[in-house]
Amino acid sequence: MPFIPHTDQDIREMLAAIGVAAIGDLFDEIPPGLHASALAGMPPALSEMEIARLMDERAGRDGIWLNFIGAGAYEHHIPAAVWQIATRGEFYSAYTPYQAEASQGTLQVLYEYQTMMASLTALDVSNASLYDGASALAEAVLMAVRAHKSSRRVLMPLTVHPSWRRVVRTIVRNQGVEVIEIPYDTGAGSTSLEALGRWAGNELAAVVIPQPNFFGVLEPVDELADWAHANGALAIAAVNPTALALLKPPGEWGTRGADIAVGDGQPLGAPLAGGGPYFGFMTCRKDLVRQMPGRIVGATLDRDGRRGYVLTLQAREQHIRRAKATSNICTNQGLMATAATLYLALLGPAGLAGVARACHANTLALVSRLTGIRGIARAFSGASFHEAVLRLPVPVAPVLRALRAQRILGGCDLGQDYPELGHALLVCATETRTGDDIERYGAQLERLIDRPPRSAAGAAGRGS
Amino acid sequence: MLIFERSRPGRRGAAGAPVQAGGASEIPPHQLRAKPPCLPEVSELDAVRHYTGLSQRNYSIDTHFYPLGSCTMKYNPRACNALAMLPQFLARHPGAPADTGQGFLACLFELQEMLKSVTGMAQVSLAPMAGAQGEFAGVAMIRAYHDSRGDAARDEILVPDAAHGTNPASAVMCGYRVREIPTDVDGNVDVTALGRAVGPRTAGLMLTNPSTLGVFERHIVEIGNIVHGAGGLLYYDGANLNAILGRVRPGDMGFDVIHINLHKTFSTPHGGGGPGAGPVGVNAVLAPFLPLPVVGQADEGFRLLDERDAPHSIGRLGAHLGNAGVLLRAYVYMRMLGAAGMRRVADFSTLNANYLMAELRRAGFQVAFPRRRASHEFIVTLKALRDETGVTAMDVAKRLLDKGFHAPTAYFPLLVPECLLIEPTETESKQTLDAFVAAMKEILEEARRDPQLVKGAPYTTPLRRLDEVKAARDPDLAWKPR
Repeated sequence: MPFIPHTDQDIREMLAAIGVAAIGDLFDEIPPGLHASALAGMPPALSEMEIARLMDERAGRDGIWLNFIGAGAYEHHIPAAVWQIATRGEFYSAYTPYQAEASQGTLQVLYEYQTMMASLTALDVSNASLYDGASALAEAVLMAVRAHKSSRRVLMPLTVHPSWRRVVRTIVRNQGVEVIEIPYDTGAGSTSLEALGRWAGNELAAVVIPQPNFFGVLEPVDELADWAHANGALAIAAVNPTALALLKPPGEWGTRGADIAVGDGQPLGAPLAGGGPYFGFMTCRKDLVRQMPGRIVGATLDRDGRRGYVLTLQAREQHIRRAKATSNICTNQGLMATAATLYLALLGPAGLAGVARACHANTLALVSRLTGIRGIARAFSGASFHEAVLRLPVPVAPVLRALRAQRILGGCDLGQDYPELGHALLVCATETRTGDDIERYGAQLERLIDRPPRSAAGAAGRGS
Repeated sequence: MLIFERSRPGRRGAAGAPVQAGGASEIPPHQLRAKPPCLPEVSELDAVRHYTGLSQRNYSIDTHFYPLGSCTMKYNPRACNALAMLPQFLARHPGAPADTGQGFLACLFELQEMLKSVTGMAQVSLAPMAGAQGEFAGVAMIRAYHDSRGDAARDEILVPDAAHGTNPASAVMCGYRVREIPTDVDGNVDVTALGRAVGPRTAGLMLTNPSTLGVFERHIVEIGNIVHGAGGLLYYDGANLNAILGRVRPGDMGFDVIHINLHKTFSTPHGGGGPGAGPVGVNAVLAPFLPLPVVGQADEGFRLLDERDAPHSIGRLGAHLGNAGVLLRAYVYMRMLGAAGMRRVADFSTLNANYLMAELRRAGFQVAFPRRRASHEFIVTLKALRDETGVTAMDVAKRLLDKGFHAPTAYFPLLVPECLLIEPTETESKQTLDAFVAAMKEILEEARRDPQLVKGAPYTTPLRRLDEVKAARDPDLAWKPR
């Protein structure tokens, strides 16, 4: 019996100790009409060898692609040590560190994690991680509304990742929070003070400021943060952690700095893995910590005066406060935060900056190669970090499909979320792309633009 | 020692270094970071040794019996991890089109189908990234259902007083008021009180069955009738599905919407507190409201359904498709167990819990509901011991650490004084359970002979008992260089 150690003799002895004749007797409190018959549709068991073969076959069929998609999830090199250590059973198969004395490993890792994230964002405190960047942004919006007390209105630039905006809508919808979308400057590709201007004088709980934004473009973060504060709103930064090795951190934006920073931690050691698990990070100013959702680890002393770590400020949380908690969040994404801590320790400040510079340079090289093709141009004038929007002379979907025939994932088609941009394609080249990769993409795209795929004249296809 | 204290300026590992570390830049100078972040400067060996050392300061399923009630700390098969981490799955970009990931999507589609089979629900979404997110999605669907009928008067969610704290917190996040329903002396929902509580304001009842008290809710059919009769919906918190897997299905019990904790019942790792996964299942009436994406099957193969397919969906809970890697692990686990294995989970987790309960009673411990069968877990109450010796449930929990066992859940559920909630799971052997009973018996003797010994525990862990009051009063949440 897979994973069940009982011998026939064990079972006999255990039933005798309980005083029943058969295991079925232990279910005699369940109303008879509720007992399930055979599970229709549940396949028979596979041995480890059989399931390994099935999974190998399916993975092999999917294969590995030359990837130029970013759009919120980024292909980075992950040092081998990260997942070899993170999947040690002592980390992998432990639970939330409720018994602190038996969980100092996990707790110290999370304390180190909090230190790294607070420093990366230049804010005072970090929680021990949330589910992903999008849900972290939703939690930040709710946190700002709690902190503000009188306003439940939040300004959300359209340059925030479209999926993140959808998630925020889903999560805050039933709590009377008004999320107002702010248009972008179509020339620069970033949020302008003019667009915010019409909301000046209104009571606002927060302004969300993405950096870089969904188009890869750098926002005027100093001006936006100052505008938020001048209008009595908190500034919520939604940032890419790799970029923060190079870019001014949220805690230093404008004269006062952002109040809350969130982001998706995936670039810090989480494989793309089809969409997860990743983790969300959240840091904030010290005076907001009691409004923060999620687990927080703090340092303390043991009976002998030695430094140790515990879950703390639990009076915010659902298992204590129940209906009055800051959030319903129970677990964090502990193992992903562990991997991120390993990743950041293995890279160090110079290593992370090196990765960020390589991403930036590779994306500029990609943009330069692709805009060298007749009819392709950058959509925006604003400076980019590691993504850029290109305008193609032909519809994007058929081009991407034709590139797939060459095992290339050419980027993210913006037609669905930003139809006003025309044939717009969001491309990304991280440090994992080489000059040869970029040339291969350039050559294939050049061929396709010169001789557009036959379906290019038709409407954009489904699911591409 | 912290990793920062091992740091030496200029030291670095090479594993993360890109081929080319620089090149052109267009970032305006005023946007640049002035001071590098406080990250450690260590060699690869420094980092590997440091974190390997930290791992050894943890108790875990792989190293210790971990009978943490309500958390289902069963063995996490290594094959699940190995097969979810095949390089092609890890390299898959979430934005890659469906035609580049048919193998991956086939696994997720089949996982949906298997979850439907074991729960008796009509449709499943894998989107929620944790149990609490599943609860949120479930309650949001209840709200969407009532809204779709123009029934706006329903502003209350009923929750038994024994429920997990996430239940009321999730209901509040969906804009509901929470009304608590008391428990009767045998651990059942007080049906009379429930009957008085329901009405035109009732949106639904959230229920865990078997309950957090470690007993099966015997009046479940009646409860369903009361709630449905008042126009409310019945929500199943899947926290304890392990106890009845393959034997009783939430759909057959009358639940309209459920969430499932894959990190409990389907053995994906707890990872030191996540990532988990909390898929939701619904009956046919609620199917249009499921969170996105859902994996659909069409002639051209599998694909992710979106807002165009499901305009009434409550929306998205995460940027992509949930904790996909966790879902793959659960898929592998379910395929290895198969139909017969599902039922064995319920059988042997229940056998282990009832055996352990019988043996602990024999050893002199008092259980909270002596007239009831245990589900896959049960409650020991140490109130009498505390009154007699001053030794509390927390002291016993800490002393167990010295004996080489992770402690059971202490002080939950809140309504049983000095309680330990003990869940052995099906993957533990009789010999492990016997050793645990022997340790508990020793502690009982120690408590009577030398209570201070127990109150001073633990002694053998890397640190002695930690001062949680100091941590909360004087928060130190990040290291600062001296």
